[in-house]
Amino acid sequence: MPDMTTNQNVQIRSAFPKCVRIDSKPHLFCPGCGHPEVLKALGFAIDELGLQAKTAFGIDIGCSLLAWDYFNMDTVETHHGRTIPTMVGFKRANPDAVAIAYVGDGGAYAIGLSHLMNAAVRDEKIFVIVVNNAVYAMTGGQEAPTTLPGMKVSTAPSGADEHYMKAPEMIRNVNPTAFVARGITSVQPALKMLMKDALKFYLDGKGFVFVEVLSQCPLNWKTMDKPQETFDFLEKTLAKAYPVKRY
Amino acid sequence: MAEKKFLMGNEALGRAARAAGAKAFYGYPITPSSEIMHFWAGEFTTEQGKKDGLVFLQAEDEIAAGFMLVGGVLAGLRSFTASAGPGHVLLQDAFSMAEAMRLPVVAYLMQRGGPSTSTVIYSQSEVNLACFGGNGNGFRVVYSPSTIQDLYDYGIKVFNTAWKHRFPTFLLGDGYLAKTMAEVELYTPAERGIAMVEPEAYLLEKNRKRPLAEIVPSPELEVREDGGVQYDCLRNCLNFEEETAAVNAEIMAAYAKAAPEILEWENYGPTDAKTLIVAHGIVAAAAQAAVDQSGGQARLFRPITLQPFPLEELRKAAKGATKIIVAESALNQLARFVKDALYGVTSAPLIEYGRPSMGILPEEIVGLITAK
Ligand SMILES: Cc1ncc(C[n+]2csc(CCOP(=O)(O)OP(=O)(O)O)c2C)c(N)n1
Ligand code: SF4
Repeated sequence: MPDMTTNQNVQIRSAFPKCVRIDSKPHLFCPGCGHPEVLKALGFAIDELGLQAKTAFGIDIGCSLLAWDYFNMDTVETHHGRTIPTMVGFKRANPDAVAIAYVGDGGAYAIGLSHLMNAAVRDEKIFVIVVNNAVYAMTGGQEAPTTLPGMKVSTAPSGADEHYMKAPEMIRNVNPTAFVARGITSVQPALKMLMKDALKFYLDGKGFVFVEVLSQCPLNWKTMDKPQETFDFLEKTLAKAYPVKRY
Repeated sequence: MAEKKFLMGNEALGRAARAAGAKAFYGYPITPSSEIMHFWAGEFTTEQGKKDGLVFLQAEDEIAAGFMLVGGVLAGLRSFTASAGPGHVLLQDAFSMAEAMRLPVVAYLMQRGGPSTSTVIYSQSEVNLACFGGNGNGFRVVYSPSTIQDLYDYGIKVFNTAWKHRFPTFLLGDGYLAKTMAEVELYTPAERGIAMVEPEAYLLEKNRKRPLAEIVPSPELEVREDGGVQYDCLRNCLNFEEETAAVNAEIMAAYAKAAPEILEWENYGPTDAKTLIVAHGIVAAAAQAAVDQSGGQARLFRPITLQPFPLEELRKAAKGATKIIVAESALNQLARFVKDALYGVTSAPLIEYGRPSMGILPEEIVGLITAK
């Protein structure tokens, strides 16, 4: 075993991106939550592109709000569903900024859908990340626009209806040139690459950038003590309804 | 150079924002405020507007416009919106965030009839909303202009009040002022010796002179350094009641400190007149005419800032009055402030003349003055 403290040849690769705020860890999310996985992938991409000091990180109300001091980055928490217009206004006023809106699927696809679609149509130069955990997590696991048919949630105790929303597909429809993709937390290297490509597209000023990430919510999926079930649901059920791909 | 022009109220406001060095407008059309937006859209497309780096965006609704406005302020631009009635209702979502985080959003609110969609000319029915909208405690500044010249003067002033004191700041006009044409003296702030307070960004500010810790309530702010760069994290969702109490206490202290400097009011008419009229905005203009016609019987107290309200000055004005008339194009919106101020201070009868979303003529007020 090499001496980690003195041996100069041993490089310890941090589990965290450089831009995270280490003294705000352990983070505030539930153990096993997908949110920090999304944030980490984003953080590594920001590190690699050197964007820490240029980024304005807007976060929504929902479990996203737990990210308010996750990074050493200028961050603002807005209202539920209103992070997209806030960052649109910000970016218009500061065109040099890397303006990111980090939103849950309820914030983006229910209360804030009009903002999302209009920002996409207008090809706003912002980067929208939506964490799709198929529920309203922060408020107790109510039905979201992404809840799959038959899923038992607190506002659909006998199972959700057959309707659900595929946002990347919709956004591609209204904006043929935007960066549109869906990733998943369980494949970190690919998620990091996706974030990096999204940011590169953004830096090239090519237009609206939209990434949805399938993400686990063990608390509201009631799989807290069953990690296998968590990942089965994420990778087999969610990813089947919501293809992980670039559009 | 100062010049006189015959202008519609809304255009006077557009020009005021331009003179104040405002940079960004985000809005959604609604009568009677839309010409402010039209004016800005015009400015935005001119060569000078481009050179000045103007920002203009017609949002998908007023909720979006309000949060875009928040975004513009966070980026450090003098930013504003204009709206009325149902649009003003939607803006309150963003205004409450601005109130919580001390973001100097500016809005020109041209009241229309209410409740609901209603009418578009006379109204003072958005006083409650402008002063106390949202789920907070009314920590905002509201000016009530009486004339089209006021629109221009206070249209400039709102930006300085907002950025100096860092409270949401509103000019509360109405449809009549918005749509009327009158001669306005236009000037630049510099010509009047008015120094414009320089804005600073809340996020990505490269040259910060005023630390955010002096402005944003402490539970909402985390400042850290990394690699010689300072990073600011802002929130409005809090974990403990004590934090919310602290936020309110800090905002209240800042508001109390700023209020004496912000408060504005006007006394008009013979100081020994026995009848005191209290009115604001366009109704105060009618009341002024009524005072002129009343042969020394009446005087006027006009709050220019409705929030903060010139409570002490109203109490002083009420001394010696044997009859107090509150006239407003609303029901018990101004009157509630007056009763609050005068409770236990005077025994003079209070006559409430509330005409919700109707114009009030000087003759009507003269009638009240002379009535036995
Ligand atoms: C205007 C408004 N309505 C409702 C709420 C309550 N609320 C907070 S978070 C949330 C849903 C969060 O779900 P989602 O956006 O999917 O994010 P998640 O918690 O799943 O990450 C709701 C309804 C609120 N904060 N504001
Ligand atoms: S409730 Fe779900 S989404 Fe929210 S922190 Fe816990 S696991 Fe994550």
